[in-house]
Amino acid sequence: MDGRGLTVQIGEDRLERVVCQMEVEIKNADGLHMRPAMQFVDIASTFECDIIISNSENSVDGKSIMQMSMLAATCGTKLKIRAEGADAQQAVDALRKLVEEKMFDEPPPKKNKTKNVKT
Amino acid sequence: MEIKKGIAVSPGIAIAKALIIDSEDYRIPRRSISPSQRMTEIQRARNAFKDAVGELTRLEVAQDKTDEGKIKDIFAVHLRFLRDRSLRKKITDLVHSESVTAEYAVSATMREIASHFTKEKDPYMRERAADIYDIERRVLRQLLGKKREDVEHLTEEVAVVARELSPTETAGFDRKFVKGLATDAGGRTSHTAIVARSLGIPAVVALENLTDDITGADVVIIDGNRGIVIVKPDEQTIRQYQEYEREFVALEHKLDAIREKPAVTRDGIRITLLGNIEFPEEAESVLQKGGEGIGLYRTEFLYLNTKREPTEEDHYQAYAETIGVFKHRPVIIRTVDLGADKYTQSKRFAPEPNPFLGLRSIRFCLQNLMMFKTQLHAILRASVLGKVKIMFPLITNIQEVMQSKLILRDVMEDLDEESVAYDKNVQIGIMIETPSAALTAATLARDVDFFSIGTNDLTQYTLAVDRGNELVSTLYSAADPAVLRLIRTVIQDAHKAQIDLNVCGEMASEPEYIVLLLGMGVRTISLAPPMIPEIKQIIRSVTMEDCNNVARKILGMNSERQISNYLRDATRKILPEVF
Repeated sequence: MDGRGLTVQIGEDRLERVVCQMEVEIKNADGLHMRPAMQFVDIASTFECDIIISNSENSVDGKSIMQMSMLAATCGTKLKIRAEGADAQQAVDALRKLVEEKMFDEPPPKKNKTKNVKT
Repeated sequence: MEIKKGIAVSPGIAIAKALIIDSEDYRIPRRSISPSQRMTEIQRARNAFKDAVGELTRLEVAQDKTDEGKIKDIFAVHLRFLRDRSLRKKITDLVHSESVTAEYAVSATMREIASHFTKEKDPYMRERAADIYDIERRVLRQLLGKKREDVEHLTEEVAVVARELSPTETAGFDRKFVKGLATDAGGRTSHTAIVARSLGIPAVVALENLTDDITGADVVIIDGNRGIVIVKPDEQTIRQYQEYEREFVALEHKLDAIREKPAVTRDGIRITLLGNIEFPEEAESVLQKGGEGIGLYRTEFLYLNTKREPTEEDHYQAYAETIGVFKHRPVIIRTVDLGADKYTQSKRFAPEPNPFLGLRSIRFCLQNLMMFKTQLHAILRASVLGKVKIMFPLITNIQEVMQSKLILRDVMEDLDEESVAYDKNVQIGIMIETPSAALTAATLARDVDFFSIGTNDLTQYTLAVDRGNELVSTLYSAADPAVLRLIRTVIQDAHKAQIDLNVCGEMASEPEYIVLLLGMGVRTISLAPPMIPEIKQIIRSVTMEDCNNVARKILGMNSERQISNYLRDATRKILPEVF
């Protein structure tokens, strides 16, 4: 549940390709909407490696806000982060921290779910 | 191909390219370009993104530093989108592969992304589509600049698709190019529907999310007879609809052929058919369709159709033009019916929690005497040009009648002082469209020359149903026994007082109700011009005896459903060829 199952696969090792993979869970109440998507992309973009994010249906570029926001990942959704490149390990760590520890600086869902319904 | 079901509000069939109007009136036609132009368009798209980034950056810098971050975040997110390489690539790829303009590629791509959000179950996610539309508009503004096209400058035939259209927007359409209307919102008697009908444009409303599923320039079929809209129809469907269209036009022509013939029942009872209009230009079409005058001239469109308040002379010119078409035939001018769902551009309307029960119509006029007197002055001045009658809307009590007449007399005195000629015996009538007016019709009849039953509002106020609200619109029916009993009261009281009576609501243009209305004693009907031939055809094929029998039966019934069913069966029996 915590996404701790870190798996490091050292690939075929041509040109130091490191592949890192990890599953994370969206924990903030409003999910991966625009602002969290922006934070995610901003952090992802600081790394050299390629970053691919997948849900159960699609795989998208973790450095594109358009593609990331289109995942429309709501609270509780599990996403797979796959990084490939020299700094893959650091990238995956940083992104996991953002999603699961910092939770995009947003609150978790309230116990008795009071959604902000439009009036 | 996608088939959408809505409410048919104006008959006819339109097959045309869709023109989507959002709140900013952007028009993005799909325009093909030659392969050699593709690089130019791609460059235009890139520049537009660059300029949009520039614009947004300036806006972001100008933001208050103390802002809590919400607005800043929005700017920041939009900036990321504008800088997103995969988004730009999607757009330039589309220009390249489909050979289309940059505008079209931007609009099509952004709408596709937005539709991705609108499909989400989570309401918060769904609302993100608004951000995408916002970004789309920003880029399009760069691309279109001064070249921005709008509905007023059309050069090809289109079907207008919008979330919602105001009566003003609808009224501004060029009939030559706007072939059909389809909106997400609206009901059968919304003003968009009324205007579409009077302009003779096929229209379907209440399509819920049509605008999300359509892109500018997609071919669309609007079937205003069945209430269906087909997005991107296949070849076979198009052919089928072209056939329907031909049949429909042929039927129209057949009906036009009876234009010269009088509206007389088979047993010789003469019925007068008048037209409802919003603009002087429609007067001609009333004549063409065989109308014998104007039963309802909705003058508030003078206010809705212009950017500034109309002057006395504007009023006069409009009336003079209309009266000129009819000469000595009657033209009933209704004083402005503003408020509720119709507003002027000026800010005199304070928002009201319950506008339909608020300051609208005659109430508004009686509180804005300057405006009211200006209109009455113009009507009286025009009254010497033909046979003008004045009608006050939404009367609820006798005081309003007295007050209105008092003000009219004031204006007459002004004209006397100015030595301006007017018809001193101008007839004065009132709309009966509230239950209170219907129930006190006997009293009101003593002080007026005629009644006009406005069935739309009368139904709405009697049944307490908002006619534009899809959630309850099925409860809205003129066939409700409560509504029919009020109508009967009004007809009887008008006959007793020996004053004229006509029916001018939507009910009067629905074939099913005609037999009933005649049977209840109505002899003058005012309706949307395109409906005149069909209604005349019905009148010419019935006998008054049939009508009386139907009315007698129905007035003894106690449920709306029973009445509707009986009415449908009875009309079908009497008029097998019409249904």
